[in-house]
Amino acid sequence: MRPPDDISLTRPQYVGAKVVRREDPRLLTGAGNYVADIKRHGMVHIAFRRSDHAHATIRSVDVAAARALPGVVSVYTGKDMAALANPYQATSRMKNYQATFIPPLAHEKVRYVGEAVVAVVAESRYVAEDALAHIEIDFAPLPVLVDPEESLKPGSPKLHDDLESNILAAREFARGEVEDAFANAAVTTGGRFHFTRTTPVTIEARASVAEYDKGARSLTLHCTTQIPGIVRDKLSEIFDLPGPRIRVIAPDVGGGFGGKTSLYSEEIVACAAARDLGRPVKWVSDRMEDLMTTGNAFDEIVDAEIAIAEDGAILGVKADVIGDVGAYSIYPWTATIEPVQVVSFLPGPYRIENYSARVRAVATNKTLTGAYRGVGRPISVFVMDRLLDMAARKIGMDPVEIRRRNLVNDDEFPYKAASGLVWDKSAFQACLAEAADGIGYDALRRDQEKARAEGRWVGIGVASYAELTGVGSRIAVAPGMPINTGTETCNVAIDSTGAVTASFGIASQGQGMETTLAQVVAEELGVKVDDVDIVLGDTASVSHGTGTYASRGAVFGGGAGILAAKAVHEKIVRVAGHLLEAAEEDIETGDGNVRVKGTDKSMTIRDLARALYSDMGRVPKEMRDEIDNLEATKVYDPFFGTTTSASHMCLIEIDPETYKVEIKRYIVVEDCGRVINPLIADGQAHGGVAQGIGVALMEEVIHDDTGQVLTASLVDYVVPSAVEIPSIDVVHVEAELPNTVGGFRGLGEGGTIGAPACIANAISDALSPLGIEIMEIPATPERLFRLIEAARAG
Amino acid sequence: MTTTVSISVTVNGVAQSAEVEPRLLLADFLRENLDLTGTHVGCEHGICGACTVLMDGDSVRSCLTLAVQADGASVETVESLGDIEALGPLQEAFREHHALQCGFCTPGMLMTATDILRKYDLATDDDIRDGLSGNICRCTGYQNIVAAVRSAADKRDAT
Repeated sequence: MRPPDDISLTRPQYVGAKVVRREDPRLLTGAGNYVADIKRHGMVHIAFRRSDHAHATIRSVDVAAARALPGVVSVYTGKDMAALANPYQATSRMKNYQATFIPPLAHEKVRYVGEAVVAVVAESRYVAEDALAHIEIDFAPLPVLVDPEESLKPGSPKLHDDLESNILAAREFARGEVEDAFANAAVTTGGRFHFTRTTPVTIEARASVAEYDKGARSLTLHCTTQIPGIVRDKLSEIFDLPGPRIRVIAPDVGGGFGGKTSLYSEEIVACAAARDLGRPVKWVSDRMEDLMTTGNAFDEIVDAEIAIAEDGAILGVKADVIGDVGAYSIYPWTATIEPVQVVSFLPGPYRIENYSARVRAVATNKTLTGAYRGVGRPISVFVMDRLLDMAARKIGMDPVEIRRRNLVNDDEFPYKAASGLVWDKSAFQACLAEAADGIGYDALRRDQEKARAEGRWVGIGVASYAELTGVGSRIAVAPGMPINTGTETCNVAIDSTGAVTASFGIASQGQGMETTLAQVVAEELGVKVDDVDIVLGDTASVSHGTGTYASRGAVFGGGAGILAAKAVHEKIVRVAGHLLEAAEEDIETGDGNVRVKGTDKSMTIRDLARALYSDMGRVPKEMRDEIDNLEATKVYDPFFGTTTSASHMCLIEIDPETYKVEIKRYIVVEDCGRVINPLIADGQAHGGVAQGIGVALMEEVIHDDTGQVLTASLVDYVVPSAVEIPSIDVVHVEAELPNTVGGFRGLGEGGTIGAPACIANAISDALSPLGIEIMEIPATPERLFRLIEAARAG
Repeated sequence: MTTTVSISVTVNGVAQSAEVEPRLLLADFLRENLDLTGTHVGCEHGICGACTVLMDGDSVRSCLTLAVQADGASVETVESLGDIEALGPLQEAFREHHALQCGFCTPGMLMTATDILRKYDLATDDDIRDGLSGNICRCTGYQNIVAAVRSAADKRDAT
């Protein structure tokens, strides 16, 4: 037993502290464990032969020569794979939705360039790739649909013969009297907005290592996924294996951003091959495959109009959204995930009583779209905040002022937005005011006057948004889909060595959750942060969990962690009350110790664990029977979730010779509730804004008329480097905390949601003397050049 | 079928000899033959910089370099910069400034930063940004990486 003076009972405030990350030492020294780093005895490697046609019938596939190549272990076609894996699709109870089957390897038809057709398994990746050249596929081309407006027409050729049309989902929203609002408006404005297709570009491309244990008849899949639980549950159906015999592990994962939130064909093929061959099977995507096959983002055309009164009040908004969702409805999110969110979130943080919107998700011969940081909301903010600026310009009102007049005020919460979403409470007005203050808005406007007088294109942009984060079971992220995204599980256990482990169903792809969740659990339990081991991304650790997406990690993980830690704390207090012969209300914990308040009676939690588990006699049987162990599993359901909001402002200048946009200042003021770790919270905002800048200025997946991907390298698909991203000021407003356990709001996506609109508004502001409004992004130098030339030509 | 070539390369101060296919990438040689998986492959076409290593003191893309080209050369990888229990100064600066999130670009970023810290004054943050512009990070927005390299440069100049 340690002497009493060794017992510390300080209770550091871990939540809110700049704790340096525990992930870092391994990641900084090359000692991380990414999927591509995994090696197993007897491991073989997959390479995929992919379709070079966007739409074609597969007449025949000849793999004999590939199979004969020395070093080739096996070759699988679509037909072979159909015998090894049950078919699956992304179902939903949503009205007017049509699911598509997604074959792991195409058979009969290919529907986009890059779709996997044949899988070669070989002793090395080099040999597997050699073998691809020996495969003969006879394609009979079919009409290619690259334009969603053509694809949705009734007579258009169908991508899926078993469906009624290419419209995979359709939905309408309406509130109030929109036509009356437009008839009575002082000003109406609007037009056609185009938010082009992008792709996540995690620096680690997707990868899988599948192992099948023939003796145990069990499958282990290490893969680069954000959703290990969802993948496990579906693989169980695809391979007719019970959950406990499928273990999906997401080890160190090199970025996700939504691109790794879907079940991918390659994961299924790797598992099928491992089971078929009885050998570990590895697949690592190359960058071209990644750019052609990882779930693409956005790609919407939005016809939208706004009606405002003379005083700037929004009277009504109308929107018609066409989402180009690609060839299949992605699992599990379906083709609705992106375009439906555009109309759900379009009214934003503004007071809008009259709203009507229609959305159609249309299949084309392109890569599937899925979730990408922000999902739908970057477009809704782009459209809504562009409309506001266009309206403000028409009535001669300042862009900050028109927002101030229309943002929901503190005394109006909870506010039911026009699409039906409810904003619980968030500092909409304070974020705007502090952003204007922080960037020195009035002074910037004066500087802009001078710059304009010199003929320079200088613009100031502002955008405000609200998003639902930590969305619980009441309105799950996956409406109508047979998965539950509204709860998350945490198990906190102190074992017989006295060590604390907290296990979660969520996974980390760089968000530093090993650190932040340790902070939360340590503080609740009263132990040192370094003494809490965190287990993430392993389906063997909790019975149900889905993963990390939709800005839910802090809310769900933090909330479940607190609930489980509280339950274990109660057990500690019961046992300590007995061992220290004190009333339970007098027991307190801190730094891994327990003490009787106001006395020097204390013990370590390690000793308490030993007393309960090992030193029979110290804790009476009745108490042991009641307590069982120092362990608790809790499920957290935030039910509604909570609102995160922010205002972004920026200053840009357009180079008159190169038409390149330089971002000179950027500020984010956000209300993300209680901040667990400011280092990490700010880092999320920096990275989110950087991706938003990419979306606004550079990134675009381009298909030609035949469906070929013209942006299948990082030379052609350009993402921002250190010279294109400015320093970003991030301010967290101190507002009333939300009702979530812990008071956390989600913050992962916000940067990407606000930045495209903010930058588009700044460019439009810079070019307002020419009457130019940015309706399409990315605002590349070429697009700006054409707009400016056209404006000058009159 | 394929002929092999004998190479001798000094990697992180250790002499290594191997028989390799002429087409073997330096990145694969390091990762597969030597088990130095700290060097990451992000694009295999020389854009992202994740695979950056130093060859005879200059940063190179190990995805665009063949192992046979490294014959006779001295190669430094991220594993040379420090140990998990004793980080090197640049690694410490990255940790302190939260200059990494997912960590996948980090080894390349560290090697490029090592290169520019050895060779250039880096008087301004713009100089650092220029120096790092061949390495893509998708998580951090670069701000904290620039701050970490700035801090390492200041410490370098103070000694």
